[in-house]
Amino acid sequence: MEAAAASARAVRVRGVTPGWALAAVAFLLVALIVGIVAGPVHIGVGDALRSVAARLGVPGVDSPLDATQESILWDLRVPRVLLAALVGGMLATAGATYQGVFHNPLADPYLLGVAAGAGLGATLAIAYLPDALSGHQLLPLAAFVGGAAAVVIAYAIGRAAGRERDSATLVLAGVTVASFFTAVQTFVQQRNTDTLQEVTSWILGSLPNTGWSDVRTLAPYVLVTTAVIVALRRYVDVLSLGDLEAESLGVHVRRVRLMLVVAATIGTAAAVAVSGLIAFVGIIVPHAVRLVVGTSYRGLLPLSFVVGAGFLVLCDVIARTALSPAEVPIGVITALFGAPAFALVLRTRGSRA
Amino acid sequence: MSAIELDRVSVSLGGHRVVRDVDAVVEAGEWVALIGPNGAGKTSLLRAVAGLLPCEGTVRLDGVPLAELGRPERAQRLALVPQEPRTPPWLTVAEYVLMGRTPYLRPLAREGKGDLAAAARALSRLELEELAERTLGTLSGGERQRVVVARALAQEASIVLLDEPTASLDIGHQQQALDLLDALRATDGLTLVAAMHDLTLAAQYADRVLLLDAGRVVADGVPAEVLTEEALAEHYGARVRVIELDGGLAVLPARAAR
Repeated sequence: MEAAAASARAVRVRGVTPGWALAAVAFLLVALIVGIVAGPVHIGVGDALRSVAARLGVPGVDSPLDATQESILWDLRVPRVLLAALVGGMLATAGATYQGVFHNPLADPYLLGVAAGAGLGATLAIAYLPDALSGHQLLPLAAFVGGAAAVVIAYAIGRAAGRERDSATLVLAGVTVASFFTAVQTFVQQRNTDTLQEVTSWILGSLPNTGWSDVRTLAPYVLVTTAVIVALRRYVDVLSLGDLEAESLGVHVRRVRLMLVVAATIGTAAAVAVSGLIAFVGIIVPHAVRLVVGTSYRGLLPLSFVVGAGFLVLCDVIARTALSPAEVPIGVITALFGAPAFALVLRTRGSRA
Repeated sequence: MSAIELDRVSVSLGGHRVVRDVDAVVEAGEWVALIGPNGAGKTSLLRAVAGLLPCEGTVRLDGVPLAELGRPERAQRLALVPQEPRTPPWLTVAEYVLMGRTPYLRPLAREGKGDLAAAARALSRLELEELAERTLGTLSGGERQRVVVARALAQEASIVLLDEPTASLDIGHQQQALDLLDALRATDGLTLVAAMHDLTLAAQYADRVLLLDAGRVVADGVPAEVLTEEALAEHYGARVRVIELDGGLAVLPARAAR
């Protein structure tokens, strides 16, 4: 009996340990603070934090900032930083989900054609409906519809492809749909060269300065889909055993996979719709987290959200300050700084993996 | 009541019938070896019994038709150890074994004390406590095989189907794995059905041997009845000698005269 009790202690699911959770949240907080103080108008860290405290209703704290600074902080920087956090967290969580569901370490959230579909939707909107774009709400909608449509088509093709409805078929269908949509997108773009620059900059990804409206639009999508994914995170580990073994453990593999893919796809499409195609975050952040923390998907999915959020906030700081007042597309920054950072992680932690 | 009853079970893959009209009964506590040449339909038959491939005919587990069991219920009665189990290298042994509890967990539930205890028992039965925190990527082939069996034990199913359980093991580890399964059968009252390529090991460990050829059962009986030189020549196209050894049988390949 004592031996059994001793080995019961040996059965431990690593999940998210308090230490790593704390470290990840600290990283995110530092990134958020850097995000709101960085910019052409100087606002000190202490002043910014006191303004935040005042807004959060901490008793006895008044904002030391003047009206202009308040406006810069609360109408420009805070929403922008929150937007970056939402997009980064979503892409990283969706990427980790896709990697688990498709047993493919190279999977990114764009695997099933979200990016190509959203690209086509955005290009069509920019090329043929320029007048409607001035109101701004059409471009994200077109991108969202395009991205979602591409994945629905990929799923339909994958399901129709014989009885072997395994994940490899689905990935192939996604690649097929993505190539087709990209071809159509390129064609439309070549026919409308006057819009080339606008399309290109959208595809490279950038965060808009739209204040709170995009944050309000995106937040529900990100929070709901991430909650679904995190709630189902135990299944992502079971799915990593492959379809056959997951099925033999009593899991309805197709249903669970569909729920996870739908959640990851809707969240990704919503993020892409406001930010364009930001590369690299979805594929690298989960790997970096796994290399450093060493955990199953159960821990990886929530940690990826927090770290992805912090990572994109920092990338956005670089994107808007490096060549200020011009902005570098954030999709360029994620890879330009993310790739060496990940190489460093690989070098120092790779032997442990 | 029999543990497994198959009534005219047929399986088709891509338009081909790979299992044809199989009738068979496995009693509770029995060890049945499923033998037959490559492509005879052993794996397909095991998967059909596990409910992982659609089939015609009726499969009953403990008297209940498979079609009437929900997925989790089915997995609580029957565990499958596939030929090449996927062992994600980042999972720890404990996490992997704990996945055997999946059929007992409601969708959003976490593992409770009972589940941790079941996994701990499985670890201790296979003497894996020392390895509990190691990741699967760091284990040897023999250790990995024991971990996979531990996951099946944590599933606490009375029927365990094994597809070539010793295929990747050396001769010593093959014997250890089969001795272990036999001991677990005795202590836990498991019913074992194992697809096996090594006919000598099949003869030594199984109570009964089922010989499949081209999807049909062509012989069913105790090892001495099924494993004859004539039958193996006919169905495997093999030249073999079957000899008595320590009260059992050994099947040896014989080279054609030069």
